[in-house]
Amino acid sequence: MKRNWVRAIEGLIVPIALLLFWQAVCSLGFVDPRKLPSPIAVGLRWAAYIAPEAPFDAAKDFAPTWIFSGEFFRDAMGSLWRVIAGFVVGAGLALPFGLAMGASDTMYRYLNPLLQVLRPIPPIAYIPLSILWFGLGNPPAIFLIALGAFFPVLINTIAGVRAVDSIYLRAARNLGASQMTIFRRVILPAATPYILSGVRIGIGTAFIVVIVAEMIAVNNGLGFRILEAREYFWSDKIIAGMFSIGFIGLAIDTLVNRLNAHLLRWHRGLDS
Amino acid sequence: MTPLFVTDAPVNALKAALPAHIEVRGVSKMFRVPGGEVVALKDINLSVGAGEFVCLLGPSGCGKSTLLNAIAGFAPPTAGTITVDGRAVKGPGPDRGMVFQEYALFPWMTVAQNIAFGLEIKGQGRAQINQRVAELLETLKLTDFRDRFPKDLSGGMRQRVAIARVLALDPPVLLMDEPFGALDSLTRRSLQDELLRIWAALGKTIIFVTHSIEESIYLADRIVVMTYRPGTIKADIQVSMAHPRDGAAPEFNALKKQLSGLVMEEQSRHEQAELKALTTD
Ligand SMILES: Nc1ncnc2c1ncn2[C@@H]1O[C@H](COP(=O)(O)OP(=O)(O)OP(=O)(O)O)[C@@H](O)[C@H]1O
Ligand SMILES: [Mg+2]
Repeated sequence: MKRNWVRAIEGLIVPIALLLFWQAVCSLGFVDPRKLPSPIAVGLRWAAYIAPEAPFDAAKDFAPTWIFSGEFFRDAMGSLWRVIAGFVVGAGLALPFGLAMGASDTMYRYLNPLLQVLRPIPPIAYIPLSILWFGLGNPPAIFLIALGAFFPVLINTIAGVRAVDSIYLRAARNLGASQMTIFRRVILPAATPYILSGVRIGIGTAFIVVIVAEMIAVNNGLGFRILEAREYFWSDKIIAGMFSIGFIGLAIDTLVNRLNAHLLRWHRGLDS
Repeated sequence: MTPLFVTDAPVNALKAALPAHIEVRGVSKMFRVPGGEVVALKDINLSVGAGEFVCLLGPSGCGKSTLLNAIAGFAPPTAGTITVDGRAVKGPGPDRGMVFQEYALFPWMTVAQNIAFGLEIKGQGRAQINQRVAELLETLKLTDFRDRFPKDLSGGMRQRVAIARVLALDPPVLLMDEPFGALDSLTRRSLQDELLRIWAALGKTIIFVTHSIEESIYLADRIVVMTYRPGTIKADIQVSMAHPRDGAAPEFNALKKQLSGLVMEEQSRHEQAELKALTTD
């Protein structure tokens, strides 16, 4: 196995080459800088976006909070807060429904056809209704994010419960377990690999939806910021905002993966 | 702490329930399949005495698992009755500990947690559970593996855990469905010896399903050979050799020859039936 720093350098070669190419195209004047600003311009704009807006004032500023007082952090916190709120609502509803539909054939027969029709509707298609129902601001955004998280968690929970190997159920019944114990201590843990993969997809979807929702319904957050930048023709800020979204998305996914790896340390064939 | 089942160690440390007596009366089992019925068991009568070690032997598909599952209470027979110490079997229960070929350990629980599971269901106190688990870990030589997850254990180790898990509840009956079928021959032999030692020390009634003629002769007091479709009892043979049994002894080989003849007859019926099914399709 290669050492970590060798792998890190290998992973950087292509991005750096592309950046150099991009910078060369811009420096040589092949493109209109209003349409494609140079990487240096994007970098400077990004730094300004992240940096605190006011200079440090020892009399009234507290250093750690001052460092995170820039526009970027306010936007990131705003978006993250919406993702979390929406996800908690969506997944919180999906989990009990999924467990019930997975465990009970009756529930499954009654609800699955409806689910199959609703599932292919992308959350984005609910935008007009969500504005009609909830107006502008956070409520429609959270509604859309919750929808985005709801279906992946629901579908995976149902699949996870239905896929529980019957030999575990037989072993548990043989040891004298009641239905309730079997549900809590056998079905639920046996289904966690599926549920957690639903959680991961659900958070990914929530993150996509939050950007869209911020473009239409609210006036802060990462999605709002790149739309605002377009109105001012700040193409460097648009790109800086997009990279911000990419890095935050990566950070969230890494975090969720770590959590999964810990919760599923008993599971074989873990991919990370 | 001393291991409990090495031959010279005191065995009364684990309080053992008295073995139970099993009566199978007129048991038949039909399965509905597309285009007809399979008669898996037909009018089985079998009486297993308390403390007896019985092997069910027969080719694949003769209904060994079906009979064991009926005794375990997983799938009730279509006709007939099964009683354990006079009480009718109504469903699965911890008085009939089942050991599966696929181990069926809960992969999200450690070795110790798997063994403790049945005791927790029973509602025992923590201290009592911990002590019992420690005893069983010692008995089955699993102490060093107590905090491992099943995925990190070999097949032989997993089956030891599965045996410890059912022994935790001290069942009067052990039902074992090809428990060592997936193990290599050395591991298999060591687990067979382990099982004989546990049986000698704790006096369980054991019904053990196997394909292997040698395994059945090595282990059992009594070998019940089954016929293929419908599943009935073809032969019921007492084995009176002393343990440990020597696979090279003339008595062992004579019995092996006799059993091979019986099993091969059923095996060829099985093959002919499959051929017929192919040609009529
Ligand atoms: N659920 C079922 N539905 C239909 N047929 C079944 C079912 N379970 C078992 N059978 C049939 O009943 C017969 C007995 O099956 P059983 O599993 O008891 O055999 P076995 O002796 O345990 O075989 P093996 O050694 O392969 O485990 C077989 O012919 C099988 O095809
Ligand atoms: Mg079988």
